[in-house]
Amino acid sequence: MTDTASQRYIPNRLHSRAHRTIRSWEALLLAVAIAIFIVNSFASPYFLNAWNLSDATFNFTEKAMIAFAMAMLIIAGEIDLSVASIIALASTAMGLALQYGAGTPELVVIGLTVGLLCGAFNAVFVTVLGLPSIVVTIGTMSLFRGISYIILGDDAFRGYPASFSWFGQGYIYWVFTVEMLLFVIIAVVYGVVLHKTNFGRAVYAIGNNPTGALFSGIRVQRVKFILFLLTGLMSGVAAVCLTSRLGSTRPSIATGMELEVVTMVVLGGVNILGGSGSIPGVVIAAFVMGLVTFGLGLLNVPGIVMSIFIGLLLIGVIALPRLWTMAVRRRKA
Amino acid sequence: MPFKLIPMRETILAGAIVVLLALIASRFPGFVAPSNLANVFNDTAPLIILALGQMVVILTRCIDLSVAANLALSGMAVAMLNVAMPGLPIPIIIAIAVMLGAAMGAINGILVWKLSIPPIVVTLGTMTIFRGIIFLISDGKWVNSHEMSAAFTGFSRTEILGLPVLSWIAIATIAVFGVMMSRTPLGRSVFAVGGNPHAAVYTGINVGKTQFLAFVISGALAGLTGYLWVARYAVAYVDIAGGFELEVVAACVIGGISIAGGVGSVGGAVLGAIFLGVVKNALPVVNISPFWQLAISGSAILIAVAFNAKGGGKKGRIILKTAEVSS
Amino acid sequence: MTQRPALANVPVVSLDEITKTFPGVKALDQVKLDLYPGQVTALVGENGAGKSTTVKILTGIYQPNGGTIRINGEPVTLNTPDDASAAGITAIHQETVLFDELSVAENIYIGHAPRTRWGLIDRAEMHRAARLLLDEIGAPLSTSAQLRDLGIASKHLVAIARALSVDARVVIMDEPTAALSHKEIEELYELVEKLKSQGKAILFISHKFDEIFRIADRYTVFRDGAFVGDGRIADIDEDGLVKMMVGRSVDHIFPERDPVVGEDVLQVVGYEHPTEFADIGFTLKRGEILGFYGLVGAGRSEFMQSLFGITKPSKGVTKINGKIRIIRSPADAVGNGIVYVPEDRGKQGAVIGLPIFQNITLPSLGRTSRSGFLQLAEEFKLARQYAERLDLRAASLDQDVGNLSGGNQQKVVIAKWLATQPQVIILDEPTKGIDIGSKAAVHEFMVELASQGLSVIMVSSEIPEVIGMSDRVIVMRDGRIAAEVSGDDLTPETLVRHAAGITAAPQPQEA
Repeated sequence: MTDTASQRYIPNRLHSRAHRTIRSWEALLLAVAIAIFIVNSFASPYFLNAWNLSDATFNFTEKAMIAFAMAMLIIAGEIDLSVASIIALASTAMGLALQYGAGTPELVVIGLTVGLLCGAFNAVFVTVLGLPSIVVTIGTMSLFRGISYIILGDDAFRGYPASFSWFGQGYIYWVFTVEMLLFVIIAVVYGVVLHKTNFGRAVYAIGNNPTGALFSGIRVQRVKFILFLLTGLMSGVAAVCLTSRLGSTRPSIATGMELEVVTMVVLGGVNILGGSGSIPGVVIAAFVMGLVTFGLGLLNVPGIVMSIFIGLLLIGVIALPRLWTMAVRRRKA
Repeated sequence: MPFKLIPMRETILAGAIVVLLALIASRFPGFVAPSNLANVFNDTAPLIILALGQMVVILTRCIDLSVAANLALSGMAVAMLNVAMPGLPIPIIIAIAVMLGAAMGAINGILVWKLSIPPIVVTLGTMTIFRGIIFLISDGKWVNSHEMSAAFTGFSRTEILGLPVLSWIAIATIAVFGVMMSRTPLGRSVFAVGGNPHAAVYTGINVGKTQFLAFVISGALAGLTGYLWVARYAVAYVDIAGGFELEVVAACVIGGISIAGGVGSVGGAVLGAIFLGVVKNALPVVNISPFWQLAISGSAILIAVAFNAKGGGKKGRIILKTAEVSS
Repeated sequence: MTQRPALANVPVVSLDEITKTFPGVKALDQVKLDLYPGQVTALVGENGAGKSTTVKILTGIYQPNGGTIRINGEPVTLNTPDDASAAGITAIHQETVLFDELSVAENIYIGHAPRTRWGLIDRAEMHRAARLLLDEIGAPLSTSAQLRDLGIASKHLVAIARALSVDARVVIMDEPTAALSHKEIEELYELVEKLKSQGKAILFISHKFDEIFRIADRYTVFRDGAFVGDGRIADIDEDGLVKMMVGRSVDHIFPERDPVVGEDVLQVVGYEHPTEFADIGFTLKRGEILGFYGLVGAGRSEFMQSLFGITKPSKGVTKINGKIRIIRSPADAVGNGIVYVPEDRGKQGAVIGLPIFQNITLPSLGRTSRSGFLQLAEEFKLARQYAERLDLRAASLDQDVGNLSGGNQQKVVIAKWLATQPQVIILDEPTKGIDIGSKAAVHEFMVELASQGLSVIMVSSEIPEVIGMSDRVIVMRDGRIAAEVSGDDLTPETLVRHAAGITAAPQPQEA
């Protein structure tokens, strides 16, 4: 307290942009992705084939679309476990509309609208009634898929029009699929919204301290409402893509996808407790998961065994840095 | 001593179950015949056992999404053990199942305790890992009833005093939990850790260790249920009890166990499980497609959580003298 | 240095050259502290002096990096809270930290409940023993009541019963009166006397000097993690203690000012809430500093938060510059030029986890951004402008506010609001828990703001602050306005009288 009289200059930042980038989670993850890519290219002669790689993207494009919205929701301190069930309900609604002769544009509008409505339903319970989102969405997870089961039972809707298959099966140019294009567009839009807008800033503020954000004049409930809407909408988009790709709707469609989406988000460096994370991180995590699945697939590893790797990856990426810090601290002490 | 044996929430839930039963009975009296109710209870026994384990975990502010995978892996392991060594006595089989389950619970617990990884992430991960391991050890094959020994499949169906052993095990679990939660230091610590972890530290309770023990308990019960499940349905494969973890969490939520920790009761968890069991068993009887079950349990969760939140809603501070009616 | 009292000359617990370091910080540097049986020792120091670290070492939460803890002269190590409680050390904390879902008896006995032969908790014995303890301290509580249903004062009693139940030799009271009313504090003092007469050593941590001089027998002063001195309270006065605390003599002089009071800015008419406050109405003029005094729990913060749009009043009209404004949320309040610096800085004030500049620009993003898109350069410019104006001490504007001291966090919160160019700023206990240097800075700043035409509402429980800073004071009691005091009437006596609802001359409790 000796220098109270002099005002010290406070720099904007202590570290340069490059410094921060290199030390980031995203950089580590990117290194992992590159390593997996290299290992895969040596492990299988079929890996470095444009068409195979293109096919492999289907493992993650649909999940990633939801993961971007989910990332924002988790950063804001909430979660939506009902996304896969929203896909089921949206897909069922499209199938139902198909029975009444809906064409491709109507199908898409219906899929997206049902997604939005489901998002709004979750949002009302969480933001208006003030209930914990994890419980609410465990409930709607059963409810939404349950409605699909009521409508469809053991049946399936089939016979989607040929033009509808464009979303999940079409190519824009050479090996580049429609889904890839959607993935890129959505990634860019979410990246900009989260990192470059006032809305995105509000999301971080809420995730770090919802009370403090409210006391700072942020309309916390409104922001959360919008985030649930967006997650519902993205589930609707994924429903259109997945239904188009499969060409049919069963009530069991996308079962368990919510867990893969959450895994992707957490792997991407988003703090499950809220407050931090980035869209580039989720993009890289999507590639990592896609590459692992694809690489193991080429080695004839069955899907269920791949899930072991995904599970280990999820726990490992969080555990290893913590073990590292513990080890470093122990050595210092 | 005005000790509240049956708190408000549980009374309302029990009332709802009675009303439900009465409604069904008005059209289908056979449903409430003692023998059928015993069947419903027996059918719900695995859910009750798992809900009790999940309750302890949720009370400590955690969640265990790996219970169903744990159940399936323990079940597969003991089924394969039975095939390999048909002579192994059932008590040993059960002991192995419980220990396997407890070990898996301990893995969850260690990760939560020592590495402070959020429980939802840990159990999401171990859930997929455990399922994958089942495939690895079984090579994706089924263990069918004809491969299992008669004792293995018969044990849980043996009737004692008119009830199958499976039901008795559920009743014993309820009794043990009733005593454990109210009368043992561990049981009370669980409430303390969930209610106020900060204060628990100051009273000498180790929060992480209590959470660890909660996961071990939940895992041990999942292991026990693994054997019971495989024996009852006389089949083991990778996907048994798929998605059952959500039903278990649903039973707890419907039973009034607060996901925020510290609030809940054994009676609540049991009633929550029984509610779901009654709904599930009543649907075919009242001629509603079983496909309604999922939607009904989802709605029940939403109603229960909205209802419980309203009951415990925050009240403003009472400052005005004139407003000081209660407290 | 240490004068041995005749009563008991051996300390029950003594800390000797205790050092505790955290990565990058030396929280305690070779401190010493002696606690004698049957005496109250006040631990005095500014925030950051190392008081709470000391408590955590005594209760086995932290382990020291160096030095010795002695109990009855024997060196011991307290590795866990269990060790501490086995050694007879127990603590009663700031916000009575107990368990809402458990009964009174269970709260008293958790961790060491009597057991039956079977190893189960012996409920009957537990309730019987709890009854005895509660009777001993004169607490009329049912042992089977749920803690959730009790008021804060009753919870304190339970905490004290708990301290007795472990047969504690040392009771640590960490700001025990912070949330208590005047009457409850008196009852607490009686209890402390009772504990003393039972020969317990009491460590009393408080910021309130009147309290320290009222009940402490001894004092120990820490400054910046180091031991400064100790002795008997009878041998020192308030001034001497302050000198030891801050390392210099502080005659805290409130800044002089010539109030230039203008037209009405804010008019509040008939604000009411079902349980928290009623019938609140006043007018605030441009450039005025309006104090709100009252006992803790008089409803001042509750009313302010309602004015700021956090809680909904059942009735009430807000007029700004003569026009009725509907305020349903803090966002509405900020839009209408009313801002609120809350008492709970960590939770409500700063958004810990976000960097300083983002905290400052959070409510002003509408101005620094372009059609919803962030403009980082503009943000840094705005943040720098206000950070410099408030003389903020930080490594960079990119630093997490969580790493700042309490005083600097408060500066960030104030900077955040000034950047919105408000008309009315409400400061709720603006100098609570911040060091004396920052305190003076905040006071000077308030005067500067008022002279620039900002209207200030200051909620404070510190009488010198209220009198020193305010042009006019509204006293609240039990959720209502008890009096409005200004000019020559603005004396400690009138304030205390109105706040406590005493019509006769008040007992001289304020120094």
